[in-house]
Amino acid sequence: MESFGYFNYWLAIVIIMIGFYGVIARRNLLKQAISLGLFQTGVFLFYVTMGVYRSPDGTSGVAPIWTDAAKTGPFDNPLPHVLMLTAIVVSVSTLAVAVAIIVSIQRKYGTIEEDEILEADKRDS
Amino acid sequence: MDIELPESIRAHLPVLVVLLPLFGGLLAMFTGLVQRGGGVIAWAWSVLTTALMLICAAAMLQQVHASPEPLVYRLGSWPEAYGIGYSVDALNAYVILVVSIIAFLTTVYAKDSVMAEIANDRHHLFYSVWLLAIAGLIGITVTGDTFNIYVLLEISSLTVYTLVALGGDRDRRALVASLKYLILGSIGATFILLGIGYLLMLTGTLNMTDMHDQLVRMREAGDLVNNRTVFVSFAFLMVGLSLKMALFPLHLWLPNAYTYAPSAVSALVAATATKVGVYMTFRFVFTIYGGVYDTSADLQLLALCACLGIVVSSLSAIRQMNVKKVLAYSSVGQIAYIVLGFSLANHAGVTASVIHIFNHAIIKGGMFMAVGAVALRTGGTKIEDFKGIGRQMPVTMAAFTVGGCGLIGVPLTSGFISKWYLVQAAMQEGYWGVAGVVLLGGVLAIIYVWRLVEIIWFGTPDDPSKRVKEAPLSMLIPMWILIGASLYFGVDATWTADSAQAAASLLLNGGHG
Amino acid sequence: MIGMIALAGLPTFELQLSPILAIAVPLIGAFLIAAAGRWPNLREGVTILTAVALLWVVGNLNAFLEATPSKAEALVDVVPGMSLAFHLEPLGMIYAMIASSLWILNSIYSIGYMRGNKEKHQTRFYVCFALSIASVMGIAFSANMFTLFVFYEALSLVTFPLVTHKGTPEAIKAGRTYLGILMGTSVCLMLPAMVATYVYTGTLDFTQGGVFAQPLANGDLSPALFGLIFAMYMYGVGKAALMPSHRWLPAAMVAPTPVSALLHAVAVVKAGVFSVCKISIYIIGVDQLRLYDQGGWLLYAAGGTIVIASFIALFQDNLKRRLAYSTISQLSYITLGAALLWPISVRAAAIHIAAHAFGKITLFFAAGSIYTAAHKTKISELDGIGRKMPWTMAAFTVGTLSMIGLPPTGGFISKWYLMQGAWTAQSGFAIAVLCTSTLLNAAYFLPIVYRAFFRKPPAPEHGDHAHGDDHDHHDHGEAPLPIVIALTCTAAATVGLFFYPDLFTGYASMLADAMPK
Repeated sequence: MESFGYFNYWLAIVIIMIGFYGVIARRNLLKQAISLGLFQTGVFLFYVTMGVYRSPDGTSGVAPIWTDAAKTGPFDNPLPHVLMLTAIVVSVSTLAVAVAIIVSIQRKYGTIEEDEILEADKRDS
Repeated sequence: MDIELPESIRAHLPVLVVLLPLFGGLLAMFTGLVQRGGGVIAWAWSVLTTALMLICAAAMLQQVHASPEPLVYRLGSWPEAYGIGYSVDALNAYVILVVSIIAFLTTVYAKDSVMAEIANDRHHLFYSVWLLAIAGLIGITVTGDTFNIYVLLEISSLTVYTLVALGGDRDRRALVASLKYLILGSIGATFILLGIGYLLMLTGTLNMTDMHDQLVRMREAGDLVNNRTVFVSFAFLMVGLSLKMALFPLHLWLPNAYTYAPSAVSALVAATATKVGVYMTFRFVFTIYGGVYDTSADLQLLALCACLGIVVSSLSAIRQMNVKKVLAYSSVGQIAYIVLGFSLANHAGVTASVIHIFNHAIIKGGMFMAVGAVALRTGGTKIEDFKGIGRQMPVTMAAFTVGGCGLIGVPLTSGFISKWYLVQAAMQEGYWGVAGVVLLGGVLAIIYVWRLVEIIWFGTPDDPSKRVKEAPLSMLIPMWILIGASLYFGVDATWTADSAQAAASLLLNGGHG
Repeated sequence: MIGMIALAGLPTFELQLSPILAIAVPLIGAFLIAAAGRWPNLREGVTILTAVALLWVVGNLNAFLEATPSKAEALVDVVPGMSLAFHLEPLGMIYAMIASSLWILNSIYSIGYMRGNKEKHQTRFYVCFALSIASVMGIAFSANMFTLFVFYEALSLVTFPLVTHKGTPEAIKAGRTYLGILMGTSVCLMLPAMVATYVYTGTLDFTQGGVFAQPLANGDLSPALFGLIFAMYMYGVGKAALMPSHRWLPAAMVAPTPVSALLHAVAVVKAGVFSVCKISIYIIGVDQLRLYDQGGWLLYAAGGTIVIASFIALFQDNLKRRLAYSTISQLSYITLGAALLWPISVRAAAIHIAAHAFGKITLFFAAGSIYTAAHKTKISELDGIGRKMPWTMAAFTVGTLSMIGLPPTGGFISKWYLMQGAWTAQSGFAIAVLCTSTLLNAAYFLPIVYRAFFRKPPAPEHGDHAHGDDHDHHDHGEAPLPIVIALTCTAAATVGLFFYPDLFTGYASMLADAMPK
């Protein structure tokens, strides 16, 4: 049952892999971008879940905000959360750039299906 | 050449090299408010910014050479455990200088090329994004904090995606290339982020030196034996970094992105972006895992990928019908040389890598500039556009030819120095096969370079009546500074060799920055 | 003296004669030629002046020559352990003397040839020629393997525009073969051999007795690997045209004849055999080869090349191609001399460098002369040409005699020494090769002389309008004067070498004396 004890990690990895699969398998550019977002969201979850300090006996450590050793107990490390705030911003920017490029592609090619774009390129050259 | 700066500036050099282009980029946007000639103002502003950055980078290298300890700069004076620490040693001071030189010269070069290739109403935005990309690249090199590396990596990547996509004004394929680059680049960055996450779990810190110290402590306590976390972190990091460096077979994004990007962007990105990726790999492999985790098996895998990369990409380069694509595939091969060097993990090998970072940057930067000049005059970079161009643009094409000799590794060009150390490294390890691959790569380079040289100097133009002018001086001067440097550092490589050997010693002796 | 006193207050300026000057003179010459490109007479004047100046420099360097290599003079340290450095030693001196003295004659010849044939891009031609000579000087005076390699590659690159001078698809294809083989062999074999030398011995300097004694003695380097390095050097020097890396030489014959004459009969190919000798003596070490019993195969490789190339020459109808195959076989005489590993045979090799140079350049000059005057390139067209061009064909005959090794020509001297070397080494194979090849040489050269002098010229074809252009050439006479002067001089030198071989035998003896017995 040890493996099941890591279920939150399993969940994160599953989400990451679903996203990863989507990026590779989808032929629609927008769907690829959405999958990329999902992929990154899985990583956020991974970080957030790693910040949780909780063991069955309830004595995991002292939250950084306390200096009193008596306040030992389960706590959430804020560092990964803070990191993820930045990472979310990065992820959103990435999606913004991706969507902007996809819009341009739609204007120039009239499609956002990868197969049709490749076909159009082949016709050009 | 000594650079004297006031103490108040000297103390802040590590952060200044990043802040200058960062804020310079934000301010460059406001030149859009000027109705006419805003683009030229933005260009002048960028030249000024990158020139100041270059001065700072040179001064910093002197400072590093003068002090035995690396320069450490704590942002906001927070201790490194809480805040972000910048740390500069012999390795990254050198890489920062290389990036700054290229950034300055490509910015000078960019003026006419951008005028011709980018729509007028976007010039201010172009320079803004351009400076931000430089800020990101310099930032990755200067920082000592792993998460900061991720953030700056994304800053530089996002801006480069945008710059590549700007090539869509001329050729719509730039957009698709840029999106491919974005998707693969983001996957790479996310893998790096995952790797950093595992390291954070293990060590509870983000600072590189700290991470290494924690790992050493854990190894001494016996916690690292069969530790899957450290293994997984290394695996994620290596895959992510290989994507970013465009190591074969993860290089698929590179050729199209370099080919369809605006000329100035190709020159900047080809000369710096992948090099910074290699620098990151140095830091992770040697500074963090060095002496802690047995990387020899992984390095052998890298060496294998590199050998395959040299051969396959050079073969692809021979078949291309677009000159920029030839250079792009050649870049994949040259990156493989760099990776091969450090994956041999001996002194000569790492020296070869570090030297080649510089040598390839100047050679390929100069060559992309030459191609950009042809694109400006003839409007294309296909093989047909180069037929007999040597007679019409002799100065530009002479630079291209000398650069090509550098790629081949003709003695007295800087390419030879890299090859010399690389072959020596392979032989010291007794890998005669690896030495053979390196030399085979040289022969393949002769073929793909000579094919172009013949077309340039002996070809007859399809339309003989068409006359084109020599490139403008603002392009020729930066181009020839780079190509001249590749000749100079082929004849007197003392400076590059000394810097590279210092960096190699630093990396191999536990490698602390 | 008066000048010195007058300038007593100023720092005295003394012209330091050094090998570097010998490289600088043609380099400066190249710049001046490029600058004078618009005025052909001035340009050719500069070429000849430069050539004379170079001969003066090289002749004066002679005074500083000693049996053992002089102290190396470093120009620049590229990286620690690798520098561009130059020194004087007998073998390099022979090579430099030949190249610089023949350059003067070749320049005179070029003027006649290039103008006579109305070639294009003449400035580029003269500039590249001067640059080639500068590279040759660099090779001749190199004090370490790296310097040799640098100038060796430089020579390949600067001769490329000369080979492809005509710019026709055929010339470009030949240029590709030329550069491909020369650069390919040097990059794939010579470079790794050089790196291996550095890895095992820590030096690349040319040292008396070679540099491998130490690592071989204490077992760092196995004899087999040592033999491999030797083989890589020998085949890496593609310019020595040891079969099967000889194909570039016939390909290079598309170049204008002055190029074939000086570069592909003398300067470039001699750079190859010079490197072979120099590497064997000063890097590998002849006594190391004998001690560890490596390198015996070279004798057979060279012997095979001599005989096979001679056979191929028999069947060539194109005059220049026949000469090219003759060059390949003659070059291997020199390699054979070095491969016998005896001082007397090395001396023979050194003399043959000179003897072959004068003889072969005469033959090429004659071929170019025929092309200029009669526009003929095939041997089958040469019937009776000796009557119209007596000077040319007389010189050709002298060259032929030298190639076969008959008196009174320089070729006889070197063949004599070679035979002596083969006898001393008790090598039946070498003796057999020398005899066979002498017969073959006679078989492919003498018919040409016979045709030229004793056959009747073909009757002019009247009324054939398709060949109307050729009409002028049926009544051709002797070639332009500069060409005749040049080829007479070289033919005279070939004969002179028989009567006064002292200069080159002197160097050769110095070289042989310095070698361990």
